[in-house]
Amino acid sequence: MNSNGTNGDIRIGFYICHCGHNIEGMVDCAAVARDIAKLPGVAVSRDYKYMCSEPGQELIQTDIREHALNRVVVASCSPLLHEHTFRNAVEAGGLNRFFFQMVNIREHDSWVHTDRAAATAKAIALARAAVRRVRFHRALETTRVPIHPDVLVVGGGITGIHAALTLANGGKKVFLVEREPSIGGHMAKFDKTFPTLDCAACILTPKMSAVRAHENINLWTNSEVVKVEGYVGNYTVTVKRRPRYVNEELCVGCQECIAACVFKEPKFPDEFNVGLGKRKPIYIPFPQAVPQVVLIDRERCLHFKTGKCKKTCVEACADRHAIDFTQKEELVQVRVGNIIVATGFKLFDAKRIPQYGYGRYPNVVTSIELERLVTSSGPTGGEVLLRDGTHPKSVAFILCVGSRDFKTNRWCSRTCCMHSMKLAQLVREHTDAEVTVFYLDIRAPGKGCEEFYDKSLKDGIRFVRGRVAEVTDWALREEEEGKLVIRAEDTLAGVVRRIPVDMIVLAVGMEPQADAQDVRRLFNMSCGTEGWFLEKHPKLAPVSTFTDGVFIAGCCQGPKDIPDSIAQAGAAAAEAMALIDRGYIEQEPNTAYIDQADCSGCKSCLPLCPYTAIAFDEATKKAAINATLCKGCGTCVAACPSGSIRQHLFEDEEIFSEIEGVLTHA
Amino acid sequence: MHDANWEPRIVAFFCNWCTYTAADLAGVSRLKYAPNVRIVRLMCSGRVDPQFILAALAGGADGVLIGGCHPGDCHYAEGNMKTLRRFQMLRRVLAGFGLEEPRVRLEWISAAEGEKVRYVINEMVEQLRPLGPLAWGQRFGVEEGAAAHAAPAPQPEAVHA
Repeated sequence: MNSNGTNGDIRIGFYICHCGHNIEGMVDCAAVARDIAKLPGVAVSRDYKYMCSEPGQELIQTDIREHALNRVVVASCSPLLHEHTFRNAVEAGGLNRFFFQMVNIREHDSWVHTDRAAATAKAIALARAAVRRVRFHRALETTRVPIHPDVLVVGGGITGIHAALTLANGGKKVFLVEREPSIGGHMAKFDKTFPTLDCAACILTPKMSAVRAHENINLWTNSEVVKVEGYVGNYTVTVKRRPRYVNEELCVGCQECIAACVFKEPKFPDEFNVGLGKRKPIYIPFPQAVPQVVLIDRERCLHFKTGKCKKTCVEACADRHAIDFTQKEELVQVRVGNIIVATGFKLFDAKRIPQYGYGRYPNVVTSIELERLVTSSGPTGGEVLLRDGTHPKSVAFILCVGSRDFKTNRWCSRTCCMHSMKLAQLVREHTDAEVTVFYLDIRAPGKGCEEFYDKSLKDGIRFVRGRVAEVTDWALREEEEGKLVIRAEDTLAGVVRRIPVDMIVLAVGMEPQADAQDVRRLFNMSCGTEGWFLEKHPKLAPVSTFTDGVFIAGCCQGPKDIPDSIAQAGAAAAEAMALIDRGYIEQEPNTAYIDQADCSGCKSCLPLCPYTAIAFDEATKKAAINATLCKGCGTCVAACPSGSIRQHLFEDEEIFSEIEGVLTHA
Repeated sequence: MHDANWEPRIVAFFCNWCTYTAADLAGVSRLKYAPNVRIVRLMCSGRVDPQFILAALAGGADGVLIGGCHPGDCHYAEGNMKTLRRFQMLRRVLAGFGLEEPRVRLEWISAAEGEKVRYVINEMVEQLRPLGPLAWGQRFGVEEGAAAHAAPAPQPEAVHA
């Protein structure tokens, strides 16, 4: 056999997949197979219902043996979906897995065209190109990259916590990085969880403490990832650790410093209570915060602002000496093999829908604000109060605020129906107020959720179907005096209603984090149209990304509830664990290489490589490529004036023959 | 005058990570666009050798479309910017040969922009229609679809099932 893996003859097997009706419906597959059968070198040309199925793959393998095939072309779906499947089949048939070329006639043809003749012609052109191209394919070996066993988890919400704990329990070392001073995320702010109405803190805080106590978890709060270098198995991550001005090792969380602060009363808006409560410049984010370490708000602290503080906090800390005003921002580097991004979501800003009056009418609140009001550890001690301190007699919920709305966000935030019904029940528990829910559709698809909706109906919560047009305090009738009036069309009754209430709760939807685009670039991921991080495949690879070794979980991928977030966290941890326990990953051998004989030593390629994979050998006056550093973009290949840089899998003759091929047919 | 049934043929070079994926998304979303484009997948738009563009035009293409990630979003950091530079230069050279501007086009299309794939392809086809066939190969004495590499000898009739 020669280097082409043949005895001189090229024998190509061509297979076109019907994909049920998906391809066959728009492309005459038999006609394509007949056309390809006539091409030189084609030994077998078949059309088959499902090429990716077991019998489809066996067909390839049998033909390789019976017809002595040495090249295989499959025309079916996108190579991003099934190239791997067919390469495996080719390998199982006894050929090198790279003697294979795939033709995308589903995503790029049958699904996007409406004229069967034109779609068939396109399929023939693309298939001819692949048949021409595959002749030039060579036997290649995949390279094995070792996987560093440590994992970085970005985001300390319930998703990140669960992923970190799963990995740590599996014996892997985890670096958990959280931007806020405590882990816990959104869930820490919840009073109870739907549909079971079990206490959120009771299920979350043990997990938070477990993170802190786990010997395999390195928890870095108040920290952010600022740089990611390397590739799967081998990432070097730079983390910026912002100063707390309190030494995490020395602070015991007694909070005496907070009591001793020169600000006798809490004065500044408390982030955790979404501004409903107050805190001091030295504070702990919330009672169950992890780590139990106070921090100082540099913007508010008298010492930092004037330099003339009596530093009563330092006195109170006494011989523990935990308070350290000299702390500086620190950059720390860690090496990890895998990264799980669980950076969550942000809530829709209700001010963007001005007709609902948020920010204008004090008793229009968001769902998260109400959540803090019903929580016993919240700013009102669990009492649902109006701004004047009285109890509301009537409360209305407006659903889909910033969701399912062409003017703001088109997507369904998935949790707000259930979240609002939960809050509605809690309001009924805490007050004797009448509760009305204005909804478009109630979406309660989770386990136990429809039953929860039934319970809400039975409990006397009123549901009005229709998008609310406006919230106003302009009273037209006596009973509307001093109240907020909701104007909405009741689409089931076919009337426009004016309903006066005391408090209005806006069920704000979920949005991608404000810096999602920056984070995406940092980890070399993609975002979908809406800005959520893009998974590799919506069904088959929901927590993988297009960058190997970077996984996504939870709401950064799209709105989801706690059970779904946890499920994704577990999935991402399992994916990372699979890579770690295997110890290596097979890399696509699409690297560039230099034909030393032809290299003129002009150095044009050197500045082109962002990975510094090309080095110049002063002795031979020629350039050389380090295959481990090369990522296979091919930019240097295209630039080499002497044509001496080549790229495996994307050789010039392969691409030229493909270009010729697509043009041989109308 | 050209044949009334003439349809412009476009060869497209799409990068694997953004534009090729966007074209996959267009498919998954069942967007409909003109069937005149033949997509060649490359890992990065930076791999687009100007010779590929010339080969396509000489081989019978009426237009060439290059698709890459948006600036700053390149999977390989900055391959797309190298393409941009080469493209600007090649476009000047091609203009010197009398090539109409719409025939060669560079677009940044992210993995999320299936809609942009549809729009760009449809628009390009409509822009090429009034220009008529390029027939550059004939102008320069190269036959359409002629192989730069020796065509292999015909082989016995294949099994067709």
